Amino acid sequence: MSGYSNGLIWAIIAALGLGSFLLRYSFMGFLGDRQLPAWALRYLRYTLVAVMPGLVAPLVLWPAATGGTPDPARLLAAGAALTAGVLTRNTLWAIVSGLATLYLGLWLLG
Amino acid sequence: MSEPLSLTALYWRGFRHGVPFLLVIVPFGLLFGVAATKAGLDLAHVMGFSVLVIAGAAQFTALQLMGDHAPVLLILAASLSVNLRMAMYSAALTPHLGKAPAWQKALVAYFMVDQSYALSITEYEARPQMSLGQKLAYYAGACSPICPLWYLATLTGALVGAQIPPEFALDFAVPITFLAMIGPALRTLAHVAAAITSVVGALLLAFLPAGVGLMIAALAAMVVGAQVEIWTERRKAVRG
Repeated sequence: MSGYSNGLIWAIIAALGLGSFLLRYSFMGFLGDRQLPAWALRYLRYTLVAVMPGLVAPLVLWPAATGGTPDPARLLAAGAALTAGVLTRNTLWAIVSGLATLYLGLWLLG
Repeated sequence: MSEPLSLTALYWRGFRHGVPFLLVIVPFGLLFGVAATKAGLDLAHVMGFSVLVIAGAAQFTALQLMGDHAPVLLILAASLSVNLRMAMYSAALTPHLGKAPAWQKALVAYFMVDQSYALSITEYEARPQMSLGQKLAYYAGACSPICPLWYLATLTGALVGAQIPPEFALDFAVPITFLAMIGPALRTLAHVAAAITSVVGALLLAFLPAGVGLMIAALAAMVVGAQVEIWTERRKAVRG
């Protein structure tokens, strides 16, 4: 991994490990039986859909493998994975649909 | 459904419930191993991620931002915010497991993943008469097939990943895996609104240093999600 030294990569892994553990331990460990306020839960409900779509959008539109040029096969595969995920509510089927569409698209469209 | 079950029986009940999730865990772990190796991480780093962080989405987030040469603080902020839902899981499990000794709660916390949380909270709510020991036995059973296979699948992916030729376009397995997790999470109008805000924001702010635009877009998206939820509830209340 260029740009990060071996020590820095281990520091990132250790910090992520510790941070993830503290998030998991947080309420169970430190707050006992107290409940979170409703407003905090309301924001927390949207963390996943707030972070991941923004992360994935540039990867779909400007893939590194094509030098940042939009690629029909990859766009179709992204659409298939998202659609299958919405319709089936199942991560595995979404992955299978996306990869199948990707290979079919690369094979047909070159 | 009120028969008293031994701890062993509950452990195996959790185990049986956990097994079908291997269909998600194994391909996901393989993909992480492959993608991390392709990105240039050593075998030790790859395994360090899966053993110490043990959270697929956060690991992929970190990997992606490291590939973009993002500053370390932004890598940590984005990856940990993907994991913020674990704090929600922790809050939800507190009424059930909060009275366990600290070392047991630490083990529960370490093995807390989407699947072990979803299984156990469903079981606890369906069988409120379970004792603390029974709840912990079920939880341990549910984690037993899932977590070791996560490590093993990562290891396999890391070992074979280098031999996979570029024609397989595994570069795109990472976006597909993300999209596959986003789809099922789009449960309500508020979730969809948050996701759209996140996409538009991240694309418009893509000119900013790696990770900065994403954090701004994500914060805006959380606010939008929460506001749309409030708005939807008010409309429901008005209509009666």
